[in-house]
Amino acid sequence: MVNENNNFENVGDGDSPAGRSSNLVGATASSIFRFLQSSPIGAVAVILLIFIVFVGLFPGLLAPYDPNKLFYSELKTPPSSEHWAGTDFLARDSLSRIFYGARITLMVAVTSVFIGDLLGFTWGVASGYLGRRFDLISQRLLDMFIAFPTIILALLILAALGAGLVTVIAAIALIRIPGTARVMRSVALSVKEAQYVEAASALGASPIRIMFRHVAPQCFAPLLVVASAGLGSAIFTEAALSFLGMGVPPPTPTWGNMLGGVLNELFQPPWWLVIYPGVAITITVLAFNLFGDALRDYLDPRLRGRLEERT
Amino acid sequence: MGRYFLRRLLLAIPTVLGVTVLIFVAMRVIPGDPLRTIIGEGQIYVLSDEELAAVKASLGYDKPLVVQYLVWMKDVGSGNLGYSFWQKDKSIADLVRRRGPITLQISLMALLLAWAIGLPAGIISAIKRNTIADYSIRGFVTLLMAIPNFWLGLAMILFTIIFFRWRPPIELTYLWDSPWKNLQMTIGPAIVMGFSFGAIIARMVRSSMLEILRDDYVRTARAKGLNNKTVIFRHALRNALLPTITISGLYLGATLGGSVAVERAFSVPGLGLSLIYAVQARDWTVIQSLVLLFAVAYVIINLVVDYIYAFIDPRIRYE
Repeated sequence: MVNENNNFENVGDGDSPAGRSSNLVGATASSIFRFLQSSPIGAVAVILLIFIVFVGLFPGLLAPYDPNKLFYSELKTPPSSEHWAGTDFLARDSLSRIFYGARITLMVAVTSVFIGDLLGFTWGVASGYLGRRFDLISQRLLDMFIAFPTIILALLILAALGAGLVTVIAAIALIRIPGTARVMRSVALSVKEAQYVEAASALGASPIRIMFRHVAPQCFAPLLVVASAGLGSAIFTEAALSFLGMGVPPPTPTWGNMLGGVLNELFQPPWWLVIYPGVAITITVLAFNLFGDALRDYLDPRLRGRLEERT
Repeated sequence: MGRYFLRRLLLAIPTVLGVTVLIFVAMRVIPGDPLRTIIGEGQIYVLSDEELAAVKASLGYDKPLVVQYLVWMKDVGSGNLGYSFWQKDKSIADLVRRRGPITLQISLMALLLAWAIGLPAGIISAIKRNTIADYSIRGFVTLLMAIPNFWLGLAMILFTIIFFRWRPPIELTYLWDSPWKNLQMTIGPAIVMGFSFGAIIARMVRSSMLEILRDDYVRTARAKGLNNKTVIFRHALRNALLPTITISGLYLGATLGGSVAVERAFSVPGLGLSLIYAVQARDWTVIQSLVLLFAVAYVIINLVVDYIYAFIDPRIRYE
């Protein structure tokens, strides 16, 4: 997959041949190396992300306790040598819950962005390439979805389907579709004008074949950029929904519902229950954003304007 | 120009209709039977089958979906938003009238603050490119964009409680009744959202300024000997503001509804808070009306932004 980066550096110029085959492993390694070299901040973000993903995959290795274990005599105790991040209002170890929360946060963000952006990608490319009536109808349909502020749309879906892990993923995936489809459509429109597309068509390739073999691969680099930028906002949305009590329900720890738990005691909030989960969200989103920015600059700086108008 | 306005207006109509269909489908079709869901899960009411049938009949739920939709549209069209599903004496129109002004006020204050911070920061960052000022502004912007705004709100409340033993008031007061009390309540959410959005504005202004400063006409302006201030403010900034205005409109629409989490953090009695309570209580009449209201407000704001944009940017052709 990353191998194809070589081709994607000149999206928009549209004169690079699709599907250049080379030594997959070597090309992957060298493009990763060039990426890390091109941006020191991106490299730091990658290291941070590797750590966060590691925590998400194996929270048990780092967490000192089970996230749902109750320490009956230590209700809402401030940080101490036994509980580095204190205990919460049910006397559970906060640090362990933050580590286990990484798992849910990453799982929701990655799955929803993957599903949502894949659908948005397909729809956007088809809409941009096929044009005509399909494009017109698609655009009107997307207008309809874009007419909702994203959190409101997510709340509407969750009100209909009920809160839960699967429904939260579905809701976040759905609210990502219109934005991604819009960007991918505009990319596909510019790729469509390229000479090699004309050439393929002159050689007698069918529109569907051209779309999948020639247009879609060229839209892949922008997709990676959109998706990596989307991970941060997916984490935001998940946190906000869980905070509002409409995300992944307790006792499963997520950073959002840990913060939501504080709402019941706002007149005497324990500071450690407010600060640490928020810091976890911020560091993770920061790492994703920095990585996304570096990836965008590396793959296609021209995408900058298009993406920022969406945020 | 008049035709362009009319065309945009006509295009908005199918969007709004689509929105109503989407809400209708979400609230009454997807879960199969929203009433059963409500009654199945609520420990508040448990109805027998006959009672359920009676409730359905009283709501017009025994009629075909198309008829139900048309009845709803007729009600909405005549301004009748109905009553809360649980508290039959609470009119939704009344709720919107009481709480709407608070949400609108917070959004406008946040927007004002965002411009006041974001615009100068973006300009300084662009004209003093790659200096310490630029780096610190960019660093601050990057950090702000990674902080969830509702968490910033929680942290702010925590701060004032610990250090000043003071918590923002939560009872509903209007600006025109008691400005001082009202500001105490609204300033927190406005600051939090203003900073989050100010960061986006700063980033936007910086990148469009940098792009424009490289343009030919800016070079021409410099070449004919205009001083730096004139070039930056008269030539570059005016053009750099166009995309910023667009996202400001989008943002205003989004905060009208998207401030839900911030309103919850501060417990501000705005529409967002009503919506989240309605969602938690599965008060579907309130949900459908408020969601519709937010979406329509969003569409209208986008329309107005399009008009403003066409008005200030002569390059837009009125086709």
